[in-house]
Amino acid sequence: MELILALAIGVLCGSGVWLILRPRSYQVIVGLCLLAYGVNLFIFAMGRLYIGAAPIMPKGGFVDPTAYADPLPQSLVLTAIVISFATTALFLVVMIAARGVAGTDHVDGRERKP
Amino acid sequence: MMNEGIAPNHLMIAPILVPLVAGAIMLFYNDRNRQTKLVMGLVAVGLTFLASVELMAGVKSAGEQAGTVVGLYRLGDWPVPIGIVLVLDRLSAMMVMLTALLAAPSLIYAAAGWHGKGQHYHSMFQFLLAGVNGAFLTGDLFNLFVFFEVMLAASYGLMLHGSGPERIKAGLHYIAVNLAASLFFLIGVALVYGTTGTLNMADIGRALHWLDDAERMLFHAAAAFLGLAFLIKAAAWPLCFWLPPTYGAASPPAAAIMAIMTKVGIYVILRLSLLVLGPDAGPSAGFGAPALMIGGVLTMGFGMIGILGTPELTRKGGYLAIISSGTVLAAVGFAQAGGGPGMLGGALYYMIGSTAAISAFFLIAEPVSRGDGGNDDAPAEDVADPLSERWAPMGLDTVEDMTAPASTRTVSWLTMAMCFALVAAMIAGLPPMPGFIGKFAILQGAVQDNLHASGALPVILWIYAAMLILSGLGALIALMRFGIRRFWAEEGPTPRILALEVIPVVLLLAMIALQTVRADVLLNYTRATAVALLEPGIYRNAVLAGAQDVRAAPAQNSAPDPTAADDADQIEEGGE
Repeated sequence: MELILALAIGVLCGSGVWLILRPRSYQVIVGLCLLAYGVNLFIFAMGRLYIGAAPIMPKGGFVDPTAYADPLPQSLVLTAIVISFATTALFLVVMIAARGVAGTDHVDGRERKP
Repeated sequence: MMNEGIAPNHLMIAPILVPLVAGAIMLFYNDRNRQTKLVMGLVAVGLTFLASVELMAGVKSAGEQAGTVVGLYRLGDWPVPIGIVLVLDRLSAMMVMLTALLAAPSLIYAAAGWHGKGQHYHSMFQFLLAGVNGAFLTGDLFNLFVFFEVMLAASYGLMLHGSGPERIKAGLHYIAVNLAASLFFLIGVALVYGTTGTLNMADIGRALHWLDDAERMLFHAAAAFLGLAFLIKAAAWPLCFWLPPTYGAASPPAAAIMAIMTKVGIYVILRLSLLVLGPDAGPSAGFGAPALMIGGVLTMGFGMIGILGTPELTRKGGYLAIISSGTVLAAVGFAQAGGGPGMLGGALYYMIGSTAAISAFFLIAEPVSRGDGGNDDAPAEDVADPLSERWAPMGLDTVEDMTAPASTRTVSWLTMAMCFALVAAMIAGLPPMPGFIGKFAILQGAVQDNLHASGALPVILWIYAAMLILSGLGALIALMRFGIRRFWAEEGPTPRILALEVIPVVLLLAMIALQTVRADVLLNYTRATAVALLEPGIYRNAVLAGAQDVRAAPAQNSAPDPTAADDADQIEEGGE
């Protein structure tokens, strides 16, 4: 599981960075999304990986720490997902506006002449 | 709990809640009621200012250690390392007050017509203030991220306020850069949590001592990621490429309040590098200090070249912000490497003055360059002519009262010239302006503390001192050249300047003048702040008073069993 998770994070972040460095705003936004997914998985992984353990305390008391997943990274991921989703949506609006103003989806608003 | 006895100081949350609530209430009113919203905004800023005065009075106390009382506010009243807290010390009190002081002129300026050029200006403004104040007051890293995002989301809106191709183009870059920076921030936060198991800033410093070598390396990676994110926000070279076009394209009142946003980045670097990686951090002491020193000096150099190179006045303002950032960042680096409190105190004093001056500069830049159709590719949209505003692409052509100012009184061109000259003198650091006093205090502190310690000044300090003087000279040359051309050599009719556009600048200049007159009081305050910052124990003890260390002690450290039992108790206590 560790290997799969690490590979997933690496692939998502790598593709995200590559796409961010592209000159088309559509690619940039997809890159930012992929990067955000990679980072969210990374936060999740930083809370250590548990199999079959719930992040919820049973009624009536404290549980054995080995059977208890760390809830904090999950809440952090949740917050991060909400925030990155909202800001990406905002970026999309600006991107559409820029496309309307410039008539091109080049990030600088104009194509470089070959 | 030891700090149970202290009555919670509910005033501490006021600088966050007041703007947040004010901004939310404004949303219920039709956006045409701009005058009402303006008054509400000013009242909210006034209340925040009063709260900050009261808070600042609270943190100053002569009897305590280094004259500092650290206030703690437990949101939700959970015990400290588990719950989230607001922390107030001299630095955050000072920054909250500075925010309120810069917000009022910016709001007044918006009344000259800018708040009518788009929707929900006043709400976004208040949300920005809530985010900035929250970032200054929060005591843990993840809430810092949340407040940063609140601030940034509002700033995206403010940056795009008024629309137009220039702003949309600059905004696209600005948002993309900041989204990427926020992701770096998250990676850093995750690594910090993964290595230290806590996100409370004070607790991180304590946890640092337990780390083994592998974990410490990961923690350093975390610090580097966080540093990268904040240096992008603080606009250090080479991460500052986004700033001049963004601030140059933003509407003047938005740019004026965004002058505080680069200082938020600096504030966090200042806070974390001195609290967590300060001189007492063991093997991690001084991590990143050389990067801050060299980066800061290079930033100053880049800003100086930029201000001399660009013809456009609003862009010059962006480079001025970069110079100011570089000056303070380098000073933080020196302080972190053991440069002593004198220099840092001077840098904090300089930061207050230069932020006010940059804010004034952005407000003055647009009226001064109005109608300046000469050599530069000045803002594409002509402000006086609403027809040239392009609303259609955003679907915002419903905006009604484009440029109706709250008052139509005008002032003479000469008043404008005087204000420009005073702001330029302040930015260039001419005596008796605070820019001069601040730079002098930095140099004096550097020389005194370092000669005391080692008897010789390090080379990098000489370079920094030279850059401090040269950057002032560069700003002076650039602004004088512009001023002479604009105010003396220009022929033809002078543009119409509204009194509402000059009053905020006069207010900021009054602030700067007050800073000169009461320089001793303010310098004493910033020096005491620097002393307190360089003794992270004060902050840490105040935040963690009565809090058990919930981490398992490493094997080589004989872990006392009672502590472990206490820990379990405490977690249970918190869980109920």
